[in-house]
Amino acid sequence: MTYITKPKFHHPGLQTNALGFTRRDYEGKVSTLCAGCGHDSISAAIIQSCFELDVEPHKLAKLSGIGCSSKTPDYFVGAAHGFNTVHGRMPSVLTGANLANRGLIYLGVSGDGDSASIGLGQFAHAVRRGVDMAYIVENNGVYGLTKGQFSATADQGSKSKKGVINHDSPIDLVGLALQLGATYVARSFSGDKEQLVPLIKGAIRHKGAAIIDCLSPCVAFNNHAGSTKSFDYVREHNEAVNRMDVIPARSPITARYEPGTVTDVTQHDGSVLRLRKIHADYDPNDRAGAMAFLHARQAAGEIVTGLLYVDPQADDLHGYLGTVQRPLNGLTDRELTPGAAALDGINASLR
Amino acid sequence: MEPTNVRAPDYFHKVVDCQWACPAHTPVPEYIRLIAEGRYTDAYMINWKSNVFPGILGRTCDRPCEPACRRGRVEDEPVAICRLKRVAADNKDAAGVEARLPHVAAYNGKRIACIGAGPASLTVARDLAPLGYHITVYDGDAKAGGMIRSQIPRFRLPESVIDDEVGYIAGLGLEMKLGRHIDSLKSILAEDYDAVFVGTGAPRGRDLDVPGRTEAAANIHIGIDWLSSVSFGHIEKIGRRVIVLGGGNTAMDCCRTSRRLGGEDVKVIVRSGFDEMKASPWEKEDAMHEGIPILNFLVPKAFTHDNGRLTGVVFEEVAPVYDDKGRRSLRPTGTPDQTFECDDVLVAIGQENSFPWIERDAGLDFDEWGMPVVNQITFQSTNPRVFFGGDAAFGPKNIIWAVAHGHDAAVSIEKYCSGLDIADRPPPGVTTVSQKMGIHEWSYDNDISADLRHKVPQLETKAALANVKAEVELGFDRALGYREAERCLNCDIQTVFAEPLCIECDACADICPTDCITFTVNGEEDDLRERLKAPALNLTQDLYVSETLPTRRVMVKDEDVCLHCGLCAERCPTGAWDMQKVLTEMTHAGCSR
Repeated sequence: MTYITKPKFHHPGLQTNALGFTRRDYEGKVSTLCAGCGHDSISAAIIQSCFELDVEPHKLAKLSGIGCSSKTPDYFVGAAHGFNTVHGRMPSVLTGANLANRGLIYLGVSGDGDSASIGLGQFAHAVRRGVDMAYIVENNGVYGLTKGQFSATADQGSKSKKGVINHDSPIDLVGLALQLGATYVARSFSGDKEQLVPLIKGAIRHKGAAIIDCLSPCVAFNNHAGSTKSFDYVREHNEAVNRMDVIPARSPITARYEPGTVTDVTQHDGSVLRLRKIHADYDPNDRAGAMAFLHARQAAGEIVTGLLYVDPQADDLHGYLGTVQRPLNGLTDRELTPGAAALDGINASLR
Repeated sequence: MEPTNVRAPDYFHKVVDCQWACPAHTPVPEYIRLIAEGRYTDAYMINWKSNVFPGILGRTCDRPCEPACRRGRVEDEPVAICRLKRVAADNKDAAGVEARLPHVAAYNGKRIACIGAGPASLTVARDLAPLGYHITVYDGDAKAGGMIRSQIPRFRLPESVIDDEVGYIAGLGLEMKLGRHIDSLKSILAEDYDAVFVGTGAPRGRDLDVPGRTEAAANIHIGIDWLSSVSFGHIEKIGRRVIVLGGGNTAMDCCRTSRRLGGEDVKVIVRSGFDEMKASPWEKEDAMHEGIPILNFLVPKAFTHDNGRLTGVVFEEVAPVYDDKGRRSLRPTGTPDQTFECDDVLVAIGQENSFPWIERDAGLDFDEWGMPVVNQITFQSTNPRVFFGGDAAFGPKNIIWAVAHGHDAAVSIEKYCSGLDIADRPPPGVTTVSQKMGIHEWSYDNDISADLRHKVPQLETKAALANVKAEVELGFDRALGYREAERCLNCDIQTVFAEPLCIECDACADICPTDCITFTVNGEEDDLRERLKAPALNLTQDLYVSETLPTRRVMVKDEDVCLHCGLCAERCPTGAWDMQKVLTEMTHAGCSR
């Protein structure tokens, strides 16, 4: 790990966003992960996304579980709220936090162990309830902190660094998320920030459960020949279905494209997801079609990336439950103890 | 763009902006690290080898290195390089220096005459004497040092420092013929020297020919001559009201000296604007700090006098006017002339060369301005046996340029005396050493100090003005010198990229604090500069472009604001980045043939 703190000096031409912050202001501590870890690239992509979206750091809550990936919230947006939960329990803590304070942006950061093994049930339920969150799984297919055993997302037939072949079937988090009703589903690669940054921005802007399965090579234990999660393998087998730009609400749209090559998807908050098609037939608004496409390409040995499914007008858990609009900490005694007359009214309604 | 050849000797030398900007190419970061380590004598010797007068230059250099310093591009102010040099000189172990001075080889049968005992001549002598040359140094003054001794006031440069550093050279077995003014080059040429080096400076101060000049001559002095008389103790007083004409460093020395010799109301009056004055900003600051106002856009028109006594100077006010091509001229504003009363005037409006002692039939060509024709690279005149250097070669510059000329002339003289082609110049010596000691350990301190530039402590003004010999600047002490040394970014510790090892994980681009590194598709330089993570708008700084990588992109590094912190190399999982110290040292006479 790096011992020195990253110098505060920055490029004299560094841009500021609408809040007057530079990208450097969205950094956290220096990473203690192995040099070259894919997770650090994802942290850099989150920093870039928050900078570009003018996210107010105190309006962001970072939640994570246990593992290499779950350490990373310490390495970005140092001024945001953070909660490092018990292993695999991030989704329920996030759900609780979101119910208590709907005024924050919820960013769940997890790994393949945290979300596909110990926390698989938690992952499933947070997704099916439609919790408003951006949930990023930093997926490297191994347990890096315990020196490279296969995780639940390792592909059948792939080889460990020691030469052992994996016989178990992999858990496909994208397939699960689609099946469980996630309303924004994407897959990306830590080595392709041009694709990843807009996907994170879209997820943050999305209302409802947004899941990004981000392949993130483990340089220490899973970046060898025979691995299906190495830099080389992912680059060779990457099949992007689309490229995306996120255009904030009310911004003029200037770029022009050939007709038929672009789909604009307007999200709940007015922001536009502009999708440039790469696969001509791919329709990111068709959940069943997406699942079929993914299965077919996976069988052909391809790793499908891009925005795979989005329901731009989805609702979230608060909408389903009809909760109060204000965060709980903003409610006053008058609302919390409405008095005997209100109680009488409730009682009367139940008689 | 084509892949960068970082093994070309100039590529990494240019990244060390301070060293590249220094006429003598002193390896600045190398000696600054030694100062931080407390190895003052080692730091001194690196300077001594390169610039010959570390203690003198550490107080008086024009410091072209500092405006070039990379630190000035990432925060407000450059490293105080000049004053750090003085820290090395002040704290050196004198016996240690003596022990490390070069051994003088046996007499090689060649005799060289150096005319003038200033910095250029002494550099030639320093480089050639150890090789076995017999060097004879002639000077009209009684002590060696040239303008260093005669023109720089003692309150900026104590005489003991000059004595030490001139002494190191004189001790190399030179034959010093001081107090002997040479009035004929032909007589020297007749003495059978193998080569003659002319380092006579620019000894003539320009005069101001306006009405009243002759009538009031008793109280009008030429700046450099007056300074010289003060230095040698011939003048100890000046009038109460003094006007200094001129805006260069000599004017600053004149006004500050006047304040110490009885001048209470001292003014500097210049014809140009304050910002265009030739004096270094810090010298103007020091003068104003001593209560000396600087008035600008005033052109002297006449001296007023009464019975042969100077009473004042009349000035016409001017303003800058720019023509279509942006050329500036000074036009009278038409306001009534202004008269400033005074008792003495010091004229410091420039210096020029003067070669009345070189006969026009001595075998040297002179140009239309009366300057000898001298080769810019070899410093040889049209008489192959005669070489020039310092102010005598191409007009007034400064000490560090004189030293650089001296080194180059010595190379030429040595080749000339050995019958070699003097146009064949020796390349600099370059040594490259990886700084990697462990996974995240480097043999240099890569933790960047956030300190702002430290101020050099000064003598209290009242005490300073009371004594013309009291040194104003007290210099950094060791503790402050250490803190200032830590501000150096170690620009000679280079980021070296090995394409075959790179897996394009982006770790270096993500960690770089100053967004120097980009992975992108190649293109023409103009296009590439625009497309980088931070646009590379400083065209004086190179782009470092790799070979094409497996994803068909290239690594492009903008050298402009790299902090040389090594984080790219620390975060690289494959060692594709390495931090390598690339030490560039100029080749002096005798180091290669």
